[in-house]
Amino acid sequence: MSVAKPLPHDSGPLHVSGRARYIDDVPLPANTLHLAFGLATVAHGEIASMDLSAVRAAPGVVAVWTAEDLPFANDVSPSVHDEPMLATGTVHYVGQPVFLVIAESHLQARKAARLGRIDYRERPAILTVDQALAADSRFEDGPVIWEKGAAEAAIAAAPHVIEGRFDMGGQEHFYLEGQAAFALPAEGGVVVQSSTQHPTEIQHKVAEALGLSMNAVRVECRRMGGGFGGKESQGNALAVSCGLVAHLTGRPAKMRYDRDDDMVITGKRHDFRIEYRAGVDETGRILGISFRHLVRCGWSQDLSLPVADRAMLHADNAYLLENVRIESHRLKTNTQSATAYRGFGGPQGMLGIERAMDHIAHELGLDPLALRRANYYAEAPGASPPDPQSISTTKKQTTPYHMEVEDFILHAITDRLEAASDFAARKAAVATWNAGNAILKKGIALTPVKFGISFTLTHLNQAGALVHVYQDGSIHLNHGGTEMGQGLFRKVAQVAASSFGVDIATVAITATDTGKVPNTSATAASSGSDLNGMAVKAACDTIRGRMAEFLAREHQTIPAKVHFENGRVFVGGDEIGFAEAVARCYEGRVSLSSTGFYATPKVSWDRKAGRGRAFYYFAYGAAVSEVVIDTLTGENRILRTDILHDCGASLNPAIDIGQIEGGFVQGAGWLTTEELVWDDRGRLRTHAPSTYKIPACSDRPRIFNVTLWDGENREETIYRSKAVGEPPFMHGISVFSALGAACAACGPHFPDLQAPATAEAVLAAVKRARGAA
Amino acid sequence: MSKIHVTTKVNGDDVEFLADPRESLLDCLRDKLDLTGAKEGCGTGDCGACSVSLDGTLVCSCLVLGVEAQGKTIETVEGMAQDGDLHPLQRKFIEHAALQCGFCTPGILVAAKNLLERNPDPTETEIRYWLAGNLCRCTGYDKIVRAVQDAAAEMRGAA
Ligand code: FES
Ligand code: FES
Repeated sequence: MSVAKPLPHDSGPLHVSGRARYIDDVPLPANTLHLAFGLATVAHGEIASMDLSAVRAAPGVVAVWTAEDLPFANDVSPSVHDEPMLATGTVHYVGQPVFLVIAESHLQARKAARLGRIDYRERPAILTVDQALAADSRFEDGPVIWEKGAAEAAIAAAPHVIEGRFDMGGQEHFYLEGQAAFALPAEGGVVVQSSTQHPTEIQHKVAEALGLSMNAVRVECRRMGGGFGGKESQGNALAVSCGLVAHLTGRPAKMRYDRDDDMVITGKRHDFRIEYRAGVDETGRILGISFRHLVRCGWSQDLSLPVADRAMLHADNAYLLENVRIESHRLKTNTQSATAYRGFGGPQGMLGIERAMDHIAHELGLDPLALRRANYYAEAPGASPPDPQSISTTKKQTTPYHMEVEDFILHAITDRLEAASDFAARKAAVATWNAGNAILKKGIALTPVKFGISFTLTHLNQAGALVHVYQDGSIHLNHGGTEMGQGLFRKVAQVAASSFGVDIATVAITATDTGKVPNTSATAASSGSDLNGMAVKAACDTIRGRMAEFLAREHQTIPAKVHFENGRVFVGGDEIGFAEAVARCYEGRVSLSSTGFYATPKVSWDRKAGRGRAFYYFAYGAAVSEVVIDTLTGENRILRTDILHDCGASLNPAIDIGQIEGGFVQGAGWLTTEELVWDDRGRLRTHAPSTYKIPACSDRPRIFNVTLWDGENREETIYRSKAVGEPPFMHGISVFSALGAACAACGPHFPDLQAPATAEAVLAAVKRARGAA
Repeated sequence: MSKIHVTTKVNGDDVEFLADPRESLLDCLRDKLDLTGAKEGCGTGDCGACSVSLDGTLVCSCLVLGVEAQGKTIETVEGMAQDGDLHPLQRKFIEHAALQCGFCTPGILVAAKNLLERNPDPTETEIRYWLAGNLCRCTGYDKIVRAVQDAAAEMRGAA
């Protein structure tokens, strides 16, 4: 069987020889046009006048279009039609596309795009959450509030009240391959190749812009050079531009953003300010807690509402909160429209309560890990012996959104990780080190992750697949998921190979194509293999069932006695090769092609009320990180990280461990070196890797141990596996917590470390710990 | 601007092309020679996705002009496999799952090969710092370092 094997990435041989093609590598027809956007240079203002004559006169320029030149929809929003592709009268952020240059070469288009002369009547720009709150600049009418129990009363009655507020920065996706699209004119429409996580949406937006129905547009994506959520909606503008130009000029059109443009134009992770107030008893048990999330969403809505929802949905992380209130403000600012990013708000919500935990432990002088455990949800029956310390195991335990937690396994995971990482001894060693060293201080922390798996927009939890078995026994596989490096194609091919009992080499993996599988959801919310794996299995099972029926009839037995294994088919007492069985079925006029469909069961969610089963299941894990800081410079290093993570019964351990390692490093980057800086005119000053620092090879933890938890999913997912794309990202919180502990070792006060913990932030926290305001 | 005729050796083959004097070597390789293994990740010398070797020196081809290649020898990822056999580094990258989206992979392979040519037995720290100029957003680097170590060991054994 192919599942559960650590098979390497399907494109590996192509990748290592430089032959794996991304959009920018596709050979172009000779008459291809190249596109670039002219960008707004003020954060908020009306366009008073626009002189594009120099752009038009520039070498190689074929045409220059503004909003007025667009024949149909001028909209690239994935949600509420509030995002014109080209500005209409008013610009809302520095970097907003205002006009489109169409030229003979990429460089000519880019150079010409700089020559536009636009005068603006500037308006006051709203850049920060404080400015947005003051101006009541927001999406939706007011904050979204979810409540369970009576938080205020519980806090008021609690022996100790701890409150704080902190800011966490956003994050640039920095997919190594920038946004890119390419369109070819076709009879009656266009064919678009796009580096996108969401081909169906590209199809939809291109069709709207061309005034055509969706069946006139076909979208393909073979692979992306990374996505991380940044290619869920942010590729729309490029694909629509290419589609339009191809359709209207009859020439192929290509567009890609250069790195600086990419960073200036596209949305990033939402930065948050989180305020918390917790009422606790002497042991640190949380009696009541309230959170206020201030979410900087940027200028258009994009996916901000579900992102902010998911932050609320993870405000509890691993902890049972009986009395809780979460208030979320979705603030509209004159900055890039913040968008999906691995974890989709979950990391921000989770970091809120993890910070509160560290703060409570500090104020009450409690051990942070003991405090966390004391507040954990109760273990699911059978996962491990009940913890006498934990809250009643008999009563139903619910999340702040009233979903029952039935599969909690963090007690067992924490126990095992604590032992495997030698946590207690190392913690003592850190304390000894800190007592003896004035300059370099160390910190160590263990933080848990409980992450909900499902799209919170219920209807997105569906997927389709198309499987053909050709008469020579080879298999052609297609499904709605996209490949961005996460190994999805390999996992679903394993599923197909297992279904037919054949070697994985028999299965050809093909580009995601809206002409093959329609109405797909974005490959997002970690759902890729859960959804598409099931859809592929359904399609394979259908074909296998037909084959079994036919072969059984031929051999005068029953279909239940037909087995597919090791490239052979066993029928009653006989045995034939898979290819031969296929050939016989073909001759017997059996249909060897099928679609497959899957809809996630059980989920039902009322987002307005904040109630329901938002998730099919939870994925769990925990991480221990040990760090060192230099108290003179604020520099810091991760010395060691140990992660124990739950992928259920892993479909492919090699791919899953890769996701965990990569997710952790990206999460640690978010909270340490990755700092986005806008100036007071709303210009992003960190728009290239020279100023925006993602982790490099030299930043990796000195010792890095990743282990898979060996349980299986309680729910009937594909071979009982669990989704793995996003949950490990939040193990990066262990680094932030450890850095906070290292700062706390510098003095008696709570260091109140802000995120990202750059050298400056660490220095400021060290000062606060020492008592200097 | 008039174009300049450039003759150079790429992966052992003599090649020539006409380059605008302002064109980067990366663009020349990709657009004129159809060698799209080297990628543009930033265009400013910060990500290493465009790494190639120029007369044995590891360079970011986005920071070298095409005309500077005149008379020089260039090696790219496309030249690593010999007679259809993958280079040990290439094999180990696949075996160790040291790639995900693969966009950084050609640059990292070229950089790693260059390291092993100078230092067949690098320490873990030497590998990490040598590769610090090659960004990877997907893998978290652990498997990359292991793959390089393993390939180095194999190459030492074979030598
Ligand atoms: S593209 Fe040359 S270093 Fe990034
Ligand atoms: S594998 Fe995607 S950037 Fe390295």
